Amino acid sequence: MTTPARDGRIVVVGASLAGLRAAETLREKGFTGELTLVGDEPVPPYDRPPLSKQVLLGRVAAGDCGLPARRPVDARWKLGVRATGLDATRKRVLLADGEELPYDRVLIATGTRARPWPHPEEAALDGVFTLRTDEDAARLAARLDAGPRRVLVIGAGFTGSEIASACRERGLPVTVAERGRAPLIGALGGTAAAFATRLQRAHGVDLRCGVTVTSLRGSGGRLTGAAFSDGSSIDADIAVVALGAVRNTEWLDGSGLAAGPRGVACDAGCRVFTMYGIVTDDVFVAGDVARFPHPLFEYQMIALEHWGNAVAQAEVAAHNMVSPGPLRRPHLTVPAFWSSQFGLNIKSVGVPTFSDQVILAQGRPEDRRLVAVYGYRGRITAAVTVDRAKWLDHYRHLIETGAPFPPAPGAADFHAGHEPVPSDVPDPRVLSHGPTVALTGHLPDRRLTLLRPGG
Amino acid sequence: MHVVVDLNRCQGYAQCVFLAPRVFALHGEEALTYTPAVPRDQEERVREAVVACPVQAILAGERAGP
Repeated sequence: MTTPARDGRIVVVGASLAGLRAAETLREKGFTGELTLVGDEPVPPYDRPPLSKQVLLGRVAAGDCGLPARRPVDARWKLGVRATGLDATRKRVLLADGEELPYDRVLIATGTRARPWPHPEEAALDGVFTLRTDEDAARLAARLDAGPRRVLVIGAGFTGSEIASACRERGLPVTVAERGRAPLIGALGGTAAAFATRLQRAHGVDLRCGVTVTSLRGSGGRLTGAAFSDGSSIDADIAVVALGAVRNTEWLDGSGLAAGPRGVACDAGCRVFTMYGIVTDDVFVAGDVARFPHPLFEYQMIALEHWGNAVAQAEVAAHNMVSPGPLRRPHLTVPAFWSSQFGLNIKSVGVPTFSDQVILAQGRPEDRRLVAVYGYRGRITAAVTVDRAKWLDHYRHLIETGAPFPPAPGAADFHAGHEPVPSDVPDPRVLSHGPTVALTGHLPDRRLTLLRPGG
Repeated sequence: MHVVVDLNRCQGYAQCVFLAPRVFALHGEEALTYTPAVPRDQEERVREAVVACPVQAILAGERAGP
């Protein structure tokens, strides 16, 4: 017997990691209807993490980062075509080539794009790059091959730090400019970011924190250098703008959905809210573009630009798109990410910025092997390892079970005398990006609602 | 054949590096890098690595797409 949820028409907008894994899961769960994937990039899905690592090191060609399929997917692929609108009343996705795709259910997986340099004339200089797509990586890798005299990296988040690492490994002089006090401070807090500062300097990076780039200078259309807010300047023939990502939601303007610069708001089951905070039942979202309430983080609306979240959320969204109400699942995965830079493997579970304290639980920074555990109001909320990945599952379990912070000693190399210190991050509520939809008191894993009388 | 490693799951046991050193490599002591597009003469080795991975973090298959 065919249940209605397994038939009909599904359109997946976005054909990268989340869109691909969602399409595969839809078929795996028995969806037999028409399936269409729409992607604005002209190539099949590929993996982005290698672009700032193996590709910039020249070990892998940017065009060779295709993703393996989990299973065959019977679908129509519309690649190289941008979605321009969503008509929620007529249930149609509008495309740039004029086609309208009717749907019974739609998945939004349009992800993010690189935030461009704010001055268009300077951004157009030859030698100014962003890094998000395979084409970006191919162009940048070719220019690194040519042996630039100096590379300027603007922004010291994970992408910027990985770019700087690849350049140093190739022996190229690098200047990193970061407005914050330290590299990675936005992801790890100031205490752990002090480690990143020492790491970059030890590898010969000309690291300049607390400054902004006030102008990129050019001559004859080519980049020649940059000026900083502290009055200094450098000569550089390449500048990589690594100022984070912009969520691809503009195409949803006028759709009536809760979509904006902070992402597309959804419930714990990936169902998108309307602008009035009313949940839809035919529009779903997954991946970098989604904002969802997470029970481990006080149901704050969280948007995660993580590889693992794109996969996990796509699986939940696809499951819920073909499952009747009582069989639907919440997206409860503990956030996790990794970065390799300067020869080290940095991994994280939980949300380090959702913390007020941090403790060095194992290892020592001078050995470049450590576990830092983060807590918020006496509860463990995150852990970050440097070349200590085998410990992460242990801390993931402590996060999931709301274990007390600081963690009990027990690890073999626990160094006595380490005490929790402030993790030095902005107010954790900053993480919520000022939610337009707030859900509280709702425990999706128990499928019930708790009503607590006041007083 | 293409390959992707779930590096959230990877714990650096490096069995894949021993079995298919032309596809998988450690960068430093623990960070794994790999060649997503597997050379044809390495496919059997990659299949062995997929099975041997203690945390089952490696996915190999035909390239996804139309």
